Amino acid sequence: MTTHLPRRALLGAAAVLATPVPLRAQAAARLVVIGGGFGGASAVSFARRTYPDVQVTLVEPQTRFVTCPYGNLLIGGERQLAQITYTYDGLRARGVNVIHDRAAGIDAAVKRVRLAGGQTLDYDRLILSPGIAIRWGAIEGYDQAAAEVMPHGWIPADGSQTLLLRRQLEAMADGGVVGFAIPANPFRCPPGPYERISMVAQYLKRHKPRSKILALDAKEGFSKQGLFQDGWRALYGDMIEWVPGNRDGRVVKVDPREGVLETEFGTRHKVAVANVIPPQSAASIAIEAGLANDTGWVPVNTRTFEARAAQGIHVIGDANIPGPMPKSGFIANTTSKQAVASAIALHRGQTPPEAVYFNTCYSHVGAEYGISVVNIFRPNADGTAIAEVPNSGGVSPRGDLPEQRRLEATYADAWYDSITRSMFG
Amino acid sequence: MRLNALPALLLTLALSSVAPVVAAEPAPLAAEACLGCHGPDGRGGAGAIPIAGRDKAEIAAILLAFRANERPGTIMGRVARGYTDAEIAAVADHYSRIR
Ligand SMILES: Cc1cc2nc3c(=O)[nH]c(=O)nc-3n(C[C@H](O)[C@H](O)[C@H](O)COP(=O)(O)OP(=O)(O)OC[C@H]3O[C@@H](n4cnc5c(N)ncnc54)[C@H](O)[C@@H]3O)c2cc1C
Ligand code: HEC
Repeated sequence: MTTHLPRRALLGAAAVLATPVPLRAQAAARLVVIGGGFGGASAVSFARRTYPDVQVTLVEPQTRFVTCPYGNLLIGGERQLAQITYTYDGLRARGVNVIHDRAAGIDAAVKRVRLAGGQTLDYDRLILSPGIAIRWGAIEGYDQAAAEVMPHGWIPADGSQTLLLRRQLEAMADGGVVGFAIPANPFRCPPGPYERISMVAQYLKRHKPRSKILALDAKEGFSKQGLFQDGWRALYGDMIEWVPGNRDGRVVKVDPREGVLETEFGTRHKVAVANVIPPQSAASIAIEAGLANDTGWVPVNTRTFEARAAQGIHVIGDANIPGPMPKSGFIANTTSKQAVASAIALHRGQTPPEAVYFNTCYSHVGAEYGISVVNIFRPNADGTAIAEVPNSGGVSPRGDLPEQRRLEATYADAWYDSITRSMFG
Repeated sequence: MRLNALPALLLTLALSSVAPVVAAEPAPLAAEACLGCHGPDGRGGAGAIPIAGRDKAEIAAILLAFRANERPGTIMGRVARGYTDAEIAAVADHYSRIR
């Protein structure tokens, strides 16, 4: 907030003021952002920092935001809920008009958002970052009631789902089996289930060392697989059994009363505790607004994030189909800035800026044992495709590298702190 | 704003009431990614390594060395290999101007 302006910036500002601007640009542009999570909070923070003349409104029903990242650290008690919970006071102090309500509908033709409380908001450009919805029933028997017995912990809301999983682990007898159901791609946070498995293993090793983990996966491979499995063997021996889709790993049915996860070919796995990470789609507001296609996700222009189905609505974060980009908080963060810059440019009749999207996902495999993946992407000029920059990014090196793992666990903490401060600080 | 950081909130409010709002030239978008690991404005803090306020040529040289695999690190080589010479020059310029 106290950044001293570089000389160049002052000259730049003077130059802008001296240049005649078209009338339309003189009325403050109205940017409305729906969803105050990784995409939305990053978008409004960036918009206020970069375009002080733009009116920024954020619509978010929750007064407190619990992050998914670092939620897995609640399981072993490395983090407490308050340490991953944020208010919107910092964004208000930056000049964002924060409205705690749910967007109930979007009328793209007249550029208006209707809120559940009855209020309407007119916008010049809309940014939509509402996250995901669980596809209830995609796994037979997995509905809201089942999630109270077999938690997903994949949409944090007030954190209660993850805390339920922790309480179940605490209540479990030593020697029990903890079952995981893991979905096919695409889903929120590709390495997330495997970090969750790691944190459960760490808890079990400390407190219930005779217990086992059965990870039933719809896929044949997963993010940072070699690194995760090296770490699992080194830290947890044979505690974790991972079953891929081609070995009957896909869970198709659950029985919460019996504690059973049933796979494609009819194998019934009885478990003491079950973490069911179900198939997902874009959040309901995106689907109800007619922005999603039959995959359940929203196709967008990869340079501007404008939805293919509606002009003036830029969809970011997990709700969109971003080509090869993962559904991660860091991608939601960096793409939100391109979306805002494009939205403002298009509103002013200018060309959207050159784009580069950045991702890092750190994962904790154990105490002082961190691993990471880096990806850098660029879209093509007309926003029809996106590709990873050749020779860039990649995963942490494999091998017996304790100092690398220790440092990455520390740097993961620095990442979490930096990115959340950049969103909410 | 983290929930258990009330003193910081009060400080932010105090600062925001006096800080003037001036239009700054937008930072290069390539520089935005660095904020995810190097703290607000690249100033570090809470375990993050500061990169702001250093000599422009020094920042650029470090990034080029990371990119050429000539400087050891856990992750910066993988990061730097995603950026062009022009982007490296622009981010070095940007962070060198933050004091
Ligand atoms: C266990 C786990 C660990 C993870 N770890 C990492 C990690 O280490 N690094 C990383 O980069 N990513 C991580 N992720 C992924 C990351 O959390 C998501 O990619 C990110 O949250 C996506 O941002 P988003 O803005 O799309 O959605 P969200 O962050 O979920 O925000 C969506 C917001 O929109 C609001 N909303 C929904 N509907 C409406 C409506 N109708 N009106 C108004 N508001 C609405 C919601 O209340 C919510 O606050 C993890 C995810 C999980 C589950
Ligand atoms: C994913 C996290 C991450 C991102 C993103 C990132 N850095 Fe780094 N940076 C690090 C880490 C960690 C180090 C310490 C060296 C290492 O382990 O690779 C570092 C080191 C550095 C250093 C050397 C600091 C010193 O004193 O030795 C510079 C300069 C730097 N980064 C600049 C940048 C710039 C500029 C960007 C944006 C283009 C950037 N970094 C993006 C994590 C990151």
